[in-house]
Amino acid sequence: MIPLTDSVPAAAIASPVITEEPPSIDYAVLSPMLVVFAAGVVAVLIEAFAPAARRHSIQLGLALASVLGAFVLTVLQVGAMPDAEAGMAPEEVAGVTTAMNSVAIDRPTLFLQGTILVLSFISLLLVAERRSGESAFAAQAATVPGSEEERSHVLAGSRHTEVYPLVLFALLGMLLFPAANDFLTMFVALEVMSLPLYLLCGLARRRRLFSQEAAVKYFLLGAFSSAFFLFGIALVYGYAGSVNFADIHEAIETGGSTLFVGGTATPLLLVGIAMIAVGLLFKVGAVPFHNWKPDVYQGAPTPITALMASGVLVAAFGAMLRVFLMAFGAAVADWRPMLWVVAILTMVLAAVVAVTQRDIKRLLAYSSVVHAGFVLTAVVAATPEGLAGALFYLAAYGFTTIGAFAVITLVRTHENGPEAADISQWAGLGRTSPLLAGALALFLLAFAGIPLTSGFIGKFAVFQAAVAAGATPLVVVGVLASAVTAFFYVRIIVLMYFAEPEGAGPSVIRAGTLTGSVIGLGVAATLLLGVYPTPVLDTLLPQPVEAALEPGMATEDGFTR
Amino acid sequence: MDIPWLTLAIALPAVGALAVALVPPGCGELVKRLTLGVSLGTLLLVGSMALRFDPGSAGRLQFEEIYPWIPRFGVNIAFGVDGIALVLILMAAVLVPLVVLAAWRENEETDDSGKGYFALILALEAMMIGVFAATDVFLFYVLFEAMLIPVYFMIGRYGRGPNRRRAAIKFLLFSLFGGLLMLVAVIAVYVQGGTFLWADLVGPDGGLAGVDTTTARWLFLGFFVAFAIKAPMWPVHTWLPSAAGASRPGTAVLLVGVLDKVGTYGMLRYCLELFPEAAHWFVWPVVVLSLVSIVYGAILAIGQSDMLRLIAYTSLSHFGFITLGIFAMTSQSQAGATLYMVNHGFATGALFLIAGFLIARQGSAAIADYGGVQRLAPKLAGVFLVAGLAGLALPGLAPFVSEFLVFVGTYAFHPVPAIIATVGVVLAALYILWMYQRTMTGPVREELTGLRDLTGREAWAVGPLIALILLFGVQPQPLLDVINPAVEQTMHQIDATDPEPAVDPADQSASGQEGASE
Repeated sequence: MIPLTDSVPAAAIASPVITEEPPSIDYAVLSPMLVVFAAGVVAVLIEAFAPAARRHSIQLGLALASVLGAFVLTVLQVGAMPDAEAGMAPEEVAGVTTAMNSVAIDRPTLFLQGTILVLSFISLLLVAERRSGESAFAAQAATVPGSEEERSHVLAGSRHTEVYPLVLFALLGMLLFPAANDFLTMFVALEVMSLPLYLLCGLARRRRLFSQEAAVKYFLLGAFSSAFFLFGIALVYGYAGSVNFADIHEAIETGGSTLFVGGTATPLLLVGIAMIAVGLLFKVGAVPFHNWKPDVYQGAPTPITALMASGVLVAAFGAMLRVFLMAFGAAVADWRPMLWVVAILTMVLAAVVAVTQRDIKRLLAYSSVVHAGFVLTAVVAATPEGLAGALFYLAAYGFTTIGAFAVITLVRTHENGPEAADISQWAGLGRTSPLLAGALALFLLAFAGIPLTSGFIGKFAVFQAAVAAGATPLVVVGVLASAVTAFFYVRIIVLMYFAEPEGAGPSVIRAGTLTGSVIGLGVAATLLLGVYPTPVLDTLLPQPVEAALEPGMATEDGFTR
Repeated sequence: MDIPWLTLAIALPAVGALAVALVPPGCGELVKRLTLGVSLGTLLLVGSMALRFDPGSAGRLQFEEIYPWIPRFGVNIAFGVDGIALVLILMAAVLVPLVVLAAWRENEETDDSGKGYFALILALEAMMIGVFAATDVFLFYVLFEAMLIPVYFMIGRYGRGPNRRRAAIKFLLFSLFGGLLMLVAVIAVYVQGGTFLWADLVGPDGGLAGVDTTTARWLFLGFFVAFAIKAPMWPVHTWLPSAAGASRPGTAVLLVGVLDKVGTYGMLRYCLELFPEAAHWFVWPVVVLSLVSIVYGAILAIGQSDMLRLIAYTSLSHFGFITLGIFAMTSQSQAGATLYMVNHGFATGALFLIAGFLIARQGSAAIADYGGVQRLAPKLAGVFLVAGLAGLALPGLAPFVSEFLVFVGTYAFHPVPAIIATVGVVLAALYILWMYQRTMTGPVREELTGLRDLTGREAWAVGPLIALILLFGVQPQPLLDVINPAVEQTMHQIDATDPEPAVDPADQSASGQEGASE
């Protein structure tokens, strides 16, 4: 490090100043996260003390109740938010920060947290589903696949009820990730979210080697990207003298911290932004940091894939929006070209590669990458409309994708067989199970962005924001990529409806109550958000503040500081 | 005037579609009757609305309704019709019950006794009426794209032949590609114009008045490509023959007769009026593409061996006439083009339906499988001849009037395209009469013995169309009375004037002050 001279006040790096007073913590606004955290801790104790026979039902009840409770608390906070009225300064309606400014609870946070909680609730229903005494998770993950020991565990009916505390901890991370208001909190949230997921990925009951490979891959690459993220934080700290987003924003506006005279530290900032971007782009799965997604989505137990494709994606984009629009909002000219390139690469490459996929889960993984590219166009816009559009898109996509994965859990190659992975095995599903095929067709049409589905409104929202911000070429690339993606969505519909099944065709498990309600919720959300999105758009998203908006500048971004 | 006519006309088939879909399995007869009833009810509703339409009204749009839909994006559910939209809605409402009637026995082999097919037809009817009635660009786009889904299933699931899957995908991807480009333009229209309401966007005071020339041209292209694919126009027509060839004849009637009109209607309503300057700039390229379509479509039609594909290629040629009329930008040519859209729907609809009757009898659409049908089924051959002659625009039949108007208007715009377009007329005689000759005349083929003539149901399905073709052939005035004011307003919006007829000086001085003031 550069040795500090005497002229630099020591306080500049010792920020925030440590005082005698304990930091004030607003427990009320943190309550949704606290509830989930407490439930996670209690769930660990249940693992230790509850009798094995009743563990599953206790765990499930606790998990669902805590998520529901956290959701109610979140909704209550939305109600307590002051309404945006004429004459009020943006700061007054934005929200609050707490715990020494490390957590910001504002409208975007609450919307994201609410969405994540609902999506996690739905995913938990999938996690809990058991058919003919068999769940999606390994009986005993510690055994060697194919070993005698594994067999004995399967026969004994062992179950991994640890799944529930793990999901709850991951959920805590997801809730904190988009709410974090400084980089250290965000990093902690990132790890709290990721570590349980690494484990959960390796717990698939069938094709366990695939699953373990996915877990290792995810862990190694995830750890690698976390390191980038952390190094980026250090560099930005060097530039701004703080890890707090509001301070960084101010430092960029004033040209660097007092440590460096005359803004000579800009390289620190630029490299820092780039490295932080690597960490965040990895989590959202943008090209060229997307390679983990197909492997992990394919290998992980399908309920966990559903959780990752919905909740984790929402959380990661929430964090990304906050970092880029708020902390780095004043450096928009520096990072916008980079995200342009990433967005174009993401949309084009993923769409093209997806065309060649045969495995349905890999295909949806690539589709998720393409969708990440679409959301990135809204991030590039860096306007309140872009923020609103991205949030809506994420919510719409989350519901649709959980529904799609729920359908995947039901379709098997044969009676008691594994999930039908290869799409050719889906031929003729429209004839044998018209309702299930109809639901999946709806989800696929929503992915393709056909009007009257939520996917269309979401796409319209993000593209409109991008065009308004002058990124029309990006939108043209986006719609061309949409046309390519439509090809493989439609191909699945063709297989399901117009093709004769091979042999007896896929065997469909009768949807249990849990999976059935997941699919039902997905269908309802996809149609409702597509036909009548107004309530969501108007009440939950921050209204754009019309005045004082310079085009292209993220000055009023709807985030609290 | 308080009755929300358009909403009712859209809601009735939409609710009907849902009702048909919910009929318990095994009630095939009920499904058919219900569908026919709903479509006739819609026709009645649209018809009584049309009687209340006032052609002399000063306002452009009538039966206007507007409800907020997504205020955040400035999107409204807004309906309203001018004369052009009205006649197209009427045409759609006339065609649907006839298609249902023609499809009466087509569903006996399908596993759901045609429930899905009939529900899709009604859903499509609701969307077709909606797309012509929409006066909000966003709503128009939504319906324009959503219409693809029922047609996609009608071709892919209920179509004919082994190629139907490919044809359905091709149709969907072509349309979707164009539609997505249009989406960019739709968004840009909103960003530039600040509203989606068509009436607030057009005109010298409209939201798009201040858009700079280059942007307007790009936006024009965004809309135009989508409409050209839909219409279809050479060189983006390739989906049409395969889609029509793989459809049931009833589907082909709706596809070519109504759906494709959305493309030409969109050019007239959106491309021209939203971007008048750009439209003037693009006149010659579009005229050239239209001429290519006319000649190319006609030549390829001659070479076809499949009746449905042949009719599809004739439509490519006819759509060339329509786009030529629209972009010649004279009042005769545009009135002719609009009239052409209606007449083409009836004439081509009749051709597809009659070809469908032949297919229903013999299970083949190949021209080579027929011969001498006239001796076995004189009535069938007769209506086929009338429909065919309408297709080649014989004087006295409805399409003649429209084609003549297009020629007159185009000649006033520039003689050369008009002269080239006449090639299409000559070739039309060739492809229609040759098809008639090969299928209907000559020695009777052995396998055709016992071919039934038109049944009562089939006569009811195709009879009204023949009657309309004859009626509008001698008396087109009622239609033109409705169309003309809308065309004049369009011409006014796009700042186009009819070229002065070239008259020699002696007549000019005799005609008085008009000549003097020039």
